[in-house]
Amino acid sequence: MTNKTDPTGDVRLTGISKTYGAFTAVHPLDLTVPQGSFFALLGASGCGKTTTLRMIAGLEEPSAGTVSLGGQDVTALPPYKRPVNTVFQSYALFPHLDIFENVAFGLRRRGIKSVKKQVGEMLDLVQLGEQARKKPHQLSGGQQQRVAVARALINHPKVLLLDEPLGALDLKLRRQMQLELKRIQTEVGITFIHVTHDQEEAMTMADTVAVMNAGRVEQLGSPADLYENPRTTFVANFLGTSNFIEAEVDSKSGEEIVLKAGGGKLVLPEARCSAPAATGGKVLVGVRPEKISLTHADDAGEIPDGRNRITGRIADSSFIGVSTQYVVDSPVCSDFEVYAQNIDRDPRLVPGAEVVLHWNPAHTFGLDADQDADAGVEEAA
Amino acid sequence: MSTLTEAPPPLAPQAPEPKAPKRRGRWTPYWLLLPGILWLLVFFALPMIYQASTSVQTGSLEEGYKVTWHFATYWDALSAYWPQFVRSVLYAGTATILCLLLGYPLAYLIAFRAGRWRNLIMILVIAPFFTSFLIRTLAWKTILADGGPLVGALDTLHVLDVTSWLGWTAGDRVLATPLAVVCGLTYNFLPFMILPLYTSLERIDGRLHEAAGDLYARPWTTFRKVTFPLSMPGVVSGTLLTFIPATGDYVNADLLGSTDTRMVGNVIQTQFLRVLDYPTAAALSFILMAAILLMVTLYIRRSGTEDLV
Amino acid sequence: MPFVNWLKRNLVVIAGLLTLAYLLLPNVIVTVFSFNKPKGRFNYEWQQFSLDAWKDPCGVSDLCGSLSVSLQIAFWATLGATLLGTLIAFALVRYRFRARGAVNSLIFLPMAMPEVVMAASLLTLFLNMGAQLGFWTILIAHIMFCLSFVVTAVKARVMSMDPKLEEAARDLYAGPFQTFVRVTLPIAAPGIAAGAMLAFALSFDDFIITNFNAGSTVTFPMFVWGSAQRGTPVQINVIGTVMFIVAVLFVLASMAVGNRRNRQKA
Repeated sequence: MTNKTDPTGDVRLTGISKTYGAFTAVHPLDLTVPQGSFFALLGASGCGKTTTLRMIAGLEEPSAGTVSLGGQDVTALPPYKRPVNTVFQSYALFPHLDIFENVAFGLRRRGIKSVKKQVGEMLDLVQLGEQARKKPHQLSGGQQQRVAVARALINHPKVLLLDEPLGALDLKLRRQMQLELKRIQTEVGITFIHVTHDQEEAMTMADTVAVMNAGRVEQLGSPADLYENPRTTFVANFLGTSNFIEAEVDSKSGEEIVLKAGGGKLVLPEARCSAPAATGGKVLVGVRPEKISLTHADDAGEIPDGRNRITGRIADSSFIGVSTQYVVDSPVCSDFEVYAQNIDRDPRLVPGAEVVLHWNPAHTFGLDADQDADAGVEEAA
Repeated sequence: MSTLTEAPPPLAPQAPEPKAPKRRGRWTPYWLLLPGILWLLVFFALPMIYQASTSVQTGSLEEGYKVTWHFATYWDALSAYWPQFVRSVLYAGTATILCLLLGYPLAYLIAFRAGRWRNLIMILVIAPFFTSFLIRTLAWKTILADGGPLVGALDTLHVLDVTSWLGWTAGDRVLATPLAVVCGLTYNFLPFMILPLYTSLERIDGRLHEAAGDLYARPWTTFRKVTFPLSMPGVVSGTLLTFIPATGDYVNADLLGSTDTRMVGNVIQTQFLRVLDYPTAAALSFILMAAILLMVTLYIRRSGTEDLV
Repeated sequence: MPFVNWLKRNLVVIAGLLTLAYLLLPNVIVTVFSFNKPKGRFNYEWQQFSLDAWKDPCGVSDLCGSLSVSLQIAFWATLGATLLGTLIAFALVRYRFRARGAVNSLIFLPMAMPEVVMAASLLTLFLNMGAQLGFWTILIAHIMFCLSFVVTAVKARVMSMDPKLEEAARDLYAGPFQTFVRVTLPIAAPGIAAGAMLAFALSFDDFIITNFNAGSTVTFPMFVWGSAQRGTPVQINVIGTVMFIVAVLFVLASMAVGNRRNRQKA
């Protein structure tokens, strides 16, 4: 698509892989991170995202493949010769040095003598000008995190690598730091590559997200694209919640695929089906819980035509303020999740009630039926 | 930002070129180890071999020694000095048990009850360690002196009658008896018991005591079922650090004991430095080493604590 | 029965304090008897108060000479053992290599070996090599038995050190040498200092191994040993008292440094 910035600043991984003995942490992987973007590697622990990051930093040697920064092959360079800096998971601030010296560390190692002004400015950027002479353990978690960012950013790296930088913070501080990091990234315009297991964090901050699973990139795209058009069940389950119905392709008409599931028919736009859909073949039909409307069976006649529908019985409901979450037992799927906004609550919608679930066919997505419908459910929890 | 590119979808894994991974500094650990390990090999391991060889040599000082595989030296040494061996194990074992009994309350006190006195008590435990142990051992000669206040009190309380009957003391004397030697051994190696005990007690989460109390355990039960089992690593390394050096010690037996309390260390020292009967001394030393290694191995196996270092 | 209850609750405290008294009693005796004026050659019975020994601590021939020998040996042994031991500790914690188990055993064995065994076998080696016993053989022996203790102390510290700190240094343009000097060494320093302190104390106070391998050289512990046979001068009590005070002050000082660090942490 479009790429208006200088492509020479891109991070390009070519066929990069990492094996430890018989275990493959990262399968051969090609990835290009455009300059100036905020890129997230998202996945559960052990999926290879941190290993990938460490290979870019030079802290891990790839078993095969190359890493290039702005067109220069840096695969053979040790970390201290790469124009890349890292914000470590536990910050790794030097305990024997004060904040000022921590931030000045990289500059001093490169032989820069007058560091005072630069360090001062950088500490102001992360709002820690007052704390310069304190030791790391005297600061709070959030402050330490900002020192770690300042210590890396002051070197004006081509790429800033962030390894679960917010993992140690509590929820409220984490939200605050997400916005803060986003602000800093916009301000300095450096490429950020962010490793996280928190899908909300990845979606909030990054403009491109790569979802990794078992050493491979499952899907890559903008957060909205990943959420609306997951290409695997892992992505569909890891990012938010999805309902799956196994269906058989009945016919194709124009840009729509008509499917048989249970006794009824469902419509799926062909553009949103990532699986080969031959007539008679199986497809996993997915739909997000918040796209579904719930109508009591008595009012089934009022549902407009052209919507996908399924009948079922409410098994459970829980009120959580902004919405009510229902679990519906239906012949095609035993626990269908439905999130209904609490605008006009129908008092008849209680456990045991017979209901019709219906949604706009445009919100349906189709996946290859050969995969495990529950992939990624555990990891996302 | 509109810099989004359609990044290429993950390509099918191309066959990775088999490239030997470069190892940075593959030889570094060996260079780091070299001087120290060489030192230990030459001045610790090699001497053991020399000693083993000496133990099967015959000859005399004047004419020199030759390896004649004369294993009878071992048998002769054992039959001549078995009482000293038995005594060493007995004294060291008693001292170890006493160290555990005396050291545990103090370690417990420092770990859980000392509060702001903790540092002070810690200093008082460590500091004697830095003072010459020979001078401190000699002080016991004063404390246990014949007719001194301590011995006088024990005599008046008829404690000495009991210990004499047991063979620990002789008449109204404590000095130059087994009791004095064990007392000195216990004293000398007590810090080696207290420090590991303290280290493992200190790691115990104080909330475990509360949890045990909450679950209907009385203080003594809490100790038996929670505290003591958790301090086992300290107990094991403490007893080893006490027992091993105590078995080979000859200073206490020499300064506080008599010819009737000689331990195997005394024999080795005399044979080596006075009698100059090197084969016998080497054989004795070898037997002592083998015996201790055997006992330690069995003990570690039994207590199930493999990582002591 | 409030008293019985109090006793029950504080039994462990009382027992602990009694042990402490047992530990400290000899030091009290040593100090008190440094002010004694004994009648015969031995300083085991209290006679009368005197400052003679304190006024003239070197008044006994060879005493201060032996003290100086001990200090020199302890200094060099500490230096040697700390250097070699630190290198081994780093190799053990930071690298995977073959023969790791063998190296670990070789480190552990000297600590699990009665001193008299090491002393006797080392003497056999020296006799076989025809080495001249004296300062150098003592130094060699001391470095040997202090080494393992230094390795253990440094290893504990380096193991608890976050390897990410060194990665961070490398990430921030510090080469291997800079990383070691600027990050690794300062952070490992307390462990190295503890190892060195232990080595000094062990070497300075060692008697058994020294006694076997000293030849005609007399260290301070050997002087004390000899005096136990020939007659104990009051001066050794003075030296003992001074050592105790210096040790307490030293430990106090190092604790004060530690406390300051802790307070900064809070």
